[in-house]
Amino acid sequence: MTRYVMAIDLRRCVGCQTCTAACKNANATPPGVQWRRVLDMETGEFPDVRRSFVPVACMHCNNPPCEEVCPTSATKKRADGLVTIDYDVCIGCANCVMACPYEARSIVHDVRFAYGDKPIASEAVRFDPARIAVSMKCTFCVERIDLAAQTGQIPGRDPEVTPACVNSCISGAMAFGDIDDPDSKVSRLLAETQHFRMHEELGTEPSVYYIWDKG
Amino acid sequence: MKAKNLKPGDRLAPRQQHNWDWRAASNFIAGGAGGGLLFCAAFASLWGTDVRALLLGGMALIGAGLTCVWFEIGRPWRALNVYRHLATSWMTREAAVAPLVFICGGLALLTGHSIFVLLTGLFGAAFVYAQARILSADKGIPAWRHPRCLPMLVATGFAEGAALVAVASPFVITSAAGQIGVAAVTLLLLLIRVLLWRSYLAGLRADGAPDGSLRALAVVDGQFLMFGNLLPAALLLLAALGAPLVGVALIPAGLIAVGGGWLLKYTLVRRAAFTQGFALKHLPVRGRGTAGAAVKPGWGGAN
Repeated sequence: MTRYVMAIDLRRCVGCQTCTAACKNANATPPGVQWRRVLDMETGEFPDVRRSFVPVACMHCNNPPCEEVCPTSATKKRADGLVTIDYDVCIGCANCVMACPYEARSIVHDVRFAYGDKPIASEAVRFDPARIAVSMKCTFCVERIDLAAQTGQIPGRDPEVTPACVNSCISGAMAFGDIDDPDSKVSRLLAETQHFRMHEELGTEPSVYYIWDKG
Repeated sequence: MKAKNLKPGDRLAPRQQHNWDWRAASNFIAGGAGGGLLFCAAFASLWGTDVRALLLGGMALIGAGLTCVWFEIGRPWRALNVYRHLATSWMTREAAVAPLVFICGGLALLTGHSIFVLLTGLFGAAFVYAQARILSADKGIPAWRHPRCLPMLVATGFAEGAALVAVASPFVITSAAGQIGVAAVTLLLLLIRVLLWRSYLAGLRADGAPDGSLRALAVVDGQFLMFGNLLPAALLLLAALGAPLVGVALIPAGLIAVGGGWLLKYTLVRRAAFTQGFALKHLPVRGRGTAGAAVKPGWGGAN
């Protein structure tokens, strides 16, 4: 079996938001919507102050609450672990938005462009009316993952079939791959380090691991 | 680490949800009261009461709630897709119960047969339960997923239903004994509602919840107790004790009790609906430093 996961090394992330920009570029998300973003968390009191950067997006949970509540079955979990949305089936009821504890989903009801009512050239080419008034979220760049089946490349190793955010990360904080493959980069990273998953206590079994210390 | 030691950046702490507005809240407000009314009307029919007007009112409330939510969804012309996930989605199940309510209710109105009245009541109760399960399945909103939220929502649905029967009883129940019975049942359901409400609030505080949720619920706590429950309870007690003009007391008591339930549900669905927010079990260890304490900004109560 294949199960794709992401490992994010919090020790390496510098909060540059390059992954945020790369995601917007790759997925042409509308203004105000970020499928991936980096949280900036400042904790403690002077002189013991810490600043942590936490990239967040859809966690592609193994037990996705969004899939359970979706009344249309537009949200599905694939065999490889990716949680997908069928934009042609979704009715935009927002039940999945309420069910997601990671604030990963958005619904945009009106057509929006970066500079007013008219799209700039790149927006005009990439505007997808199917995504209006339905739920949307990070796909782990599913088109790239699916391309791997045709090309024989390996997601997480070959950039053409790896999520855009992972490719763009300047500090190598993000890794992607098959957790069921013991030789994949994510498997090796997770074996060597201490890590946790966000809100594990909710039983969602997210597929994004946050590395916080060496093993 | 306490929230005061955090300087949260954008969207770290729980925030109020804005995807479900008054239209979604109306479905829970009107649908819950309507389902409760159908159940209580079916119950009253066991004593020979003519409940046709009550059935009509219950179906109208459910219909109004569903119409409101139809205007809320992003793709209303695909609304029938809502029936595609009966296996796990309580929203699908709520939608599946609705036509059964209307079919049985329609047959009850047309034929007056008691079996259809009772079936309508049962499906009304199922509608209330399905709505409560919709909220409890939404893990992203801690105030909804708390295990004590579901029984409280079901209880307020039935209490509102009984209160609506109380409002109608001077017109549909002619005997004083019958009206006193309605007052007693409504009083009992209000008592159960209050107990479950207090239990819910205590549970949220004990288990921890977003500060915003706790604040919003605390704001309505006093109003809900005093005006939503104690005042109508006093009026119902007068009626149950057989005071003169019992019917005059039942109408305001029922209306106020229903208003209290609607305030509670509006608050829960809109003002107290804060997201989970973000938390870190461990802060990253950099260089030769040590890991910081876990952080969970914007949460109050035990956590």
